[in-house]
Amino acid sequence: MIEESLQLALDSAPFLLKGAYFTIVLSVGGMFFGLILGFALALMRLSRLLPVSWLARIYVSFFRGTPLLVQLFVIYYGLPQVGLELDPLPAALIGFSLNMAAYTCEILRAAISSIDKGQWEACASIGMTRAQALRRAILPQAMRTALPPLGNSFISLVKDTALAATIQVPELFRQAQLITARTFEVFTMYLAAALIYWVLASILAHLQNRLEARVNRHDQEH
Amino acid sequence: MIAVKGLSKRFNGQTVLDNIDLQVSTGEVIAIIGPSGSGKTTFLRCLNLLETPDSGSIRIGQISIDANRPLGSQQGAIRRLRQQAGFVFQNFNLFPHRTALENVIEGPLVVKKTPREQALALGRQLLAKVGLAGKEDAYPRRLSGGQQQRVAIARALAMEPQVMLFDEPTSALDPELVGEVLATIRSLAEEQRTLIIVTHEMSFARDVAHRVIFFDKGVIVEQGEPRALFANPQHERTRQFLRKFIGTAAQG
Repeated sequence: MIEESLQLALDSAPFLLKGAYFTIVLSVGGMFFGLILGFALALMRLSRLLPVSWLARIYVSFFRGTPLLVQLFVIYYGLPQVGLELDPLPAALIGFSLNMAAYTCEILRAAISSIDKGQWEACASIGMTRAQALRRAILPQAMRTALPPLGNSFISLVKDTALAATIQVPELFRQAQLITARTFEVFTMYLAAALIYWVLASILAHLQNRLEARVNRHDQEH
Repeated sequence: MIAVKGLSKRFNGQTVLDNIDLQVSTGEVIAIIGPSGSGKTTFLRCLNLLETPDSGSIRIGQISIDANRPLGSQQGAIRRLRQQAGFVFQNFNLFPHRTALENVIEGPLVVKKTPREQALALGRQLLAKVGLAGKEDAYPRRLSGGQQQRVAIARALAMEPQVMLFDEPTSALDPELVGEVLATIRSLAEEQRTLIIVTHEMSFARDVAHRVIFFDKGVIVEQGEPRALFANPQHERTRQFLRKFIGTAAQG
């Protein structure tokens, strides 16, 4: 029984790893584009122009206030009705990026706001522009605050990519589903998929710890 | 050197600075004293536009800012003016993620685009000048308050400003650390630099300043040569303030 299961898991490994590849593409892509868009949104949120700030606020409110699954369905099944047809992978990538942007926006905004006003003033007092202050003083400090929640969001995203199975992306969970449909080895396949998610999340958690240690190094040194 | 005309500032309808005029000549050392809430710190912060005046004009060297016109269109001039006016904060506001030397060279490097080698040489020289040779690689967290404030002074000096503005530079310090910072400021005064110092250190003001200005309720009540002003204040409010101050100083 156990030997059969192991054999099945090994036989299925190529399919699962191919699925894991799509899981990684979705996770890394979603995080990458989510961070870029989220950073832009965070700057909008901090803008002194009220309409700009409100636009970002409404964006965040919508994408945090609706289920990710529903967002994916709107993009993949809904948009074709208004003439915009997307393949599963780009649809999922767009969905995850837009959703992740809302969370990274809030994380970055909070981290930037947490930096003492005196840091902005110190930059201004030596003649820096706001952009220079942001780049040289505010963001390096804000990243220390932002890294742990960003890492958590990234790990959540890896797990949430399983939702892409519902819009036909052949990612890890979808592959496991397809194999179980053929073999009926439900327990083995889903457990194998879970283990792969776990490995991916653990690698991320490890990278996160190393990155945090690096960013915090000036606390330890003389 | 510095000319302030008709400077006014209101917070939530309350007048904090009321039509202030002030001329400062090159090499002059000015101490600004007054009770808390008198507007003296706001005035100093207005000088380099950390606070936005509602009206009036400020000239430092060749650069003028007219607060009666929209300041958004004067951002370039404001940044140039700030480079001419080094500012030292009560709470130091050093960059915690940079070493002492990196703090000092940040302005030359980023704002003036000074070549790195040249900035490093200047930075080392300035740290030595404020008595912190050997602390180049220390992060602010590892420095005492007095040392941090001296790094902050070096950081302001690195922009080679025409005037240095000090906002209660020793108020956040433990008493035993006040002396080293005052000594540093005194050495700047001896170099004939133009300094404006908001302070509660009356004896320091008397010894170092050429002119003392007494602020109260958003106006300059009285100003003059320090010994004369402290010995023989002309206005009742100045007398009250000095009396209270000497009283508490005697108790403390």
